[in-house]
Amino acid sequence: MPKRLFPSLESAPLGRLQLKIVVCVRRVPDTASRVKIASNGRSVDATDFEYVINPYEEYALEAGVQLKEKHGGEVTVLTLGPEKSTQTITKALALGADKAVHLRSESFPDDPSCSARALAEELKSTEFDILLFGKKGVDDDNQQVGQMVAELLGVPCVTQILGLEVADGKAIARREVEGGSLIVETALPAAFTAEKDLAAPRYASLRELVAARKKPVTVKEPRSQPSTLETIAVQYPPPRPPGKVVGKGVEAVPKLIQLLHEEAKVI
Amino acid sequence: MKGPVLVFAESSGSQLRKAALEAVTAGRRLADELKVEEYVLAIGNGLKEIGTELGKYGADRLLVCEDPSLGLFHPEFYKQIALDAIRRVAPGTILLPATSTGKDLAPRLAIHLNTGLATECVQIGLENGEFVATRPAYAGKVLLKVKINGSPKIATLRPNVFTAKEIVPRNLSVERLLFSRPDTKMTVKESVAHDAKKMDLTEANVIVSGGRGMGGPENYKILEELAEVLGGVVGASRASVDSGWRPHSDQVGQTGRTVSPTLYVACGISGAIQHKVGMVNSKVIVAINRDPEAPIFGFADYGIVGDVFEVVPALTRQLREFYGKR
Ligand SMILES: Cc1cc2nc3c(=O)[nH]c(=O)nc-3n(C[C@H](O)[C@H](O)[C@H](O)COP(=O)(O)OP(=O)(O)OC[C@H]3O[C@@H](n4cnc5c(N)ncnc54)[C@H](O)[C@@H]3O)c2cc1C
Ligand SMILES: Nc1ncnc2c1ncn2[C@@H]1O[C@H](COP(=O)(O)O)[C@@H](O)[C@H]1O
Repeated sequence: MPKRLFPSLESAPLGRLQLKIVVCVRRVPDTASRVKIASNGRSVDATDFEYVINPYEEYALEAGVQLKEKHGGEVTVLTLGPEKSTQTITKALALGADKAVHLRSESFPDDPSCSARALAEELKSTEFDILLFGKKGVDDDNQQVGQMVAELLGVPCVTQILGLEVADGKAIARREVEGGSLIVETALPAAFTAEKDLAAPRYASLRELVAARKKPVTVKEPRSQPSTLETIAVQYPPPRPPGKVVGKGVEAVPKLIQLLHEEAKVI
Repeated sequence: MKGPVLVFAESSGSQLRKAALEAVTAGRRLADELKVEEYVLAIGNGLKEIGTELGKYGADRLLVCEDPSLGLFHPEFYKQIALDAIRRVAPGTILLPATSTGKDLAPRLAIHLNTGLATECVQIGLENGEFVATRPAYAGKVLLKVKINGSPKIATLRPNVFTAKEIVPRNLSVERLLFSRPDTKMTVKESVAHDAKKMDLTEANVIVSGGRGMGGPENYKILEELAEVLGGVVGASRASVDSGWRPHSDQVGQTGRTVSPTLYVACGISGAIQHKVGMVNSKVIVAINRDPEAPIFGFADYGIVGDVFEVVPALTRQLREFYGKR
């Protein structure tokens, strides 16, 4: 799957770069989960959630692991979350990360800028060349934390990338935008947020899952700030009227056109 | 909340984006509620006649920053200009379109200003004098009503949800901002278009999408033809993107584009929840699927149970006649 975007770089004599790569990963409820509003009406009821690694971070992690495999170096996973995030960390370690840092908190504010500040605080004292994020968490859909962390650290950040290559202390990324893509070059260290398909995630074997439990995990306590984004109510979206079948096969086409014109008034 | 409303009017080439005009219209309404002025910030290169256009949509004041190096979005350049403009205007609220540019830029501004940001909002307004935004979460299964602790309040608005509306034109005052290029380690080298003619799905009024039921990449031709009569563009489900039939930029759904066109025609798409969340806010949904039990029929406004290879060409032909007749 990973296409060579920048063949000129690939042919350059690279040597082993020994890249230090950090991937920020967190857990999210499986997207097939049913979402219930909690009785307080201000949050969702998480009791029945099955958690998985956020899909966009699987792409980010795979991209990081592939860079390590190509250039040498190591991949660290950084997670801010409750004790139960351990599962997600183990999965990430099984998928090729070498070690992990777990900023563990059971009651951290559910707020992108708070998360960003806590992650940035940890990263200030971490050496890295490449910092990878997912584009967004598929639960809250915030799409904020990657850019915020990068700004707090003062490193360049290229968002929504579909390709990433590293050579000569520089990275070239392809960033997906409306109608096409932008080719962006940046010095390292730099941060990137992964779009779907940045790299095709691999599967972890049972052996890798077992080995993952032996990889080092450092646990720390994050510092929290007052939150800047507060949920005051949660609602179900207004239901769409139930579907209506116009008819079967080609015979239904005239009726459909009539309905689109006269009833729906969209043609 | 006291200060003016500041809207980032994103452009593409020399033109304003549709999503920018939607944000300017939403900004006007908010400014009226707050009894403040609406400022608009435009950044780019070779922007044409945008002052007149922005005035029509209700802006009071325009700040423009133009430079040859601003033709393509460079986050650090745009951030500096926006922070400059914010210092000057002291806005109470900042609105940006939730485009790739708006979503890249807004968090950078929020963290610098030590305030909060609500992304992908589908509704904004005041409640008890306080700024409140509504945004979908958990794959659109719920709507969160949020407030922002901090000032200014920043929100990105989902394209195609707010309607752009011309009003009595205002006499817009225009001020040019000087650009002094900041030091940067990032270079935006070039822009590669997928297909220069094709409009992005998020901005399209009509989308004809094909799924696994299309059977192969060559069969999308019949969808291109249907899209052409309807003046729309072609989208896809993840199954067809993962099969390599269509580019990722065509994917609609949770890990693709979130779209809300006037008309969405789903062809050979089952209607899985992750697809649904990307298109359920379309005004009218039409489904063509040969399986009467397909979940898509549960929420499509109009369904035809049938084979796409028969129904789609017939629909295209009869729509051509329909448009020809009128
Ligand atoms: C984390 C995650 C994220 C995801 N994100 C997305 C996303 O962003 N977008 C997305 O679309 N999916 C997404 N999915 C995948 C989603 O779950 C479904 O697998 C996918 O939407 C199915 O695509 P489909 O409807 O084209 O294929 P299928 O589900 O295989 O449906 C094909 C349909 O075509 C019909 N059909 C077949 N032949 C014909 C014919 N000749 N004429 C008429 N009808 C025919 C069949 O009856 C069937 O209903 C995601 C999944 C996960 C786990
Ligand atoms: N609690 C967290 N721990 C680790 N990484 C995170 C956390 N929250 C967000 N991120 C990273 O930031 C990206 C964007 O998140 P969000 O802004 O919440 O959509 C995610 O894809 C992750 O890579």
